[in-house]
Amino acid sequence: MFEDIAAIEHFVVMILLTVLIVLTLGIIYLKDLLAAVILSGLYSLVSAAIFVAMDAVDVAFTEAAVGAGISTIILLGALSFTKREQKPQKHNNLPALIIVCMTGALLIYGTLDMPSYGDGKSPANSNPQLAQHYLQKSPDETGVPNVVTSVLASYRGYDTLGETAVVFTAAIGVLSLLGLRRRRRQEDPNLTPRQRRRQQSEDT
Amino acid sequence: MYLALVIAVLVALVLVLTRALLGPTIYDRMLSVNSAGTKVVILIAAYGFLTGRPDFVDISLLYALINYITTIAVLKFFEYGDLGSGAYQEDDI
Repeated sequence: MFEDIAAIEHFVVMILLTVLIVLTLGIIYLKDLLAAVILSGLYSLVSAAIFVAMDAVDVAFTEAAVGAGISTIILLGALSFTKREQKPQKHNNLPALIIVCMTGALLIYGTLDMPSYGDGKSPANSNPQLAQHYLQKSPDETGVPNVVTSVLASYRGYDTLGETAVVFTAAIGVLSLLGLRRRRRQEDPNLTPRQRRRQQSEDT
Repeated sequence: MYLALVIAVLVALVLVLTRALLGPTIYDRMLSVNSAGTKVVILIAAYGFLTGRPDFVDISLLYALINYITTIAVLKFFEYGDLGSGAYQEDDI
């Protein structure tokens, strides 16, 4: 029975990863930027589904909220400053392709000494008393009933605080870029000159 | 039974994705991406029941909400060409 579930998980994850590859090629080749933004939202939702299938529910939540929710909206906001169609490329971008391939190769090289997925001999699985400690003691030690939340918010609290600060800073940066331009108000003939000057100074 | 459901949803996801990639107008893409998000929601719920973890229903509910937010944002962009202007409020009154 357990073997069957593992096989099903591999099957579902492989299909979804293939869907991700097709979506990526579609995003690259589409010239309509709005369609590309919509497809990138779907990309994030499908990859969040992969994370759920691999039991990384907290990562999946982050991917769904940030990738499919916020970043799609931010990209749409950026799209309102540009045109819908991508400009035809005149220069060749072979150096960029080489740099991207080298970065990807370095990232794959970095994963080589990690334990493979579901490995029984990985450090996390070969020390079962560690997992037992978190599973049994975390309600008493932290007072949080959910184990994943206790690790995220208490044992790894500073790490989560740093992540939140990074996301918050990025959101403030984007909002300050998008929100500074204010819509010009209609001239109101009933205003005193002082109020009109105040409005103009607000507009600029 | 849940296995058949998962496979059927995966097939439907591939079909909907084909329309999202080929779709001539932006409305085809929007509709197909929205229903692909629904397929992902159903897939997570069915996969949870298949592997004996019915709590995945909660996660799939959250994903349904996120899918809805994205659709609303894109449709607002269609209608007004902008997300932060506030021009629509004066027009609606």
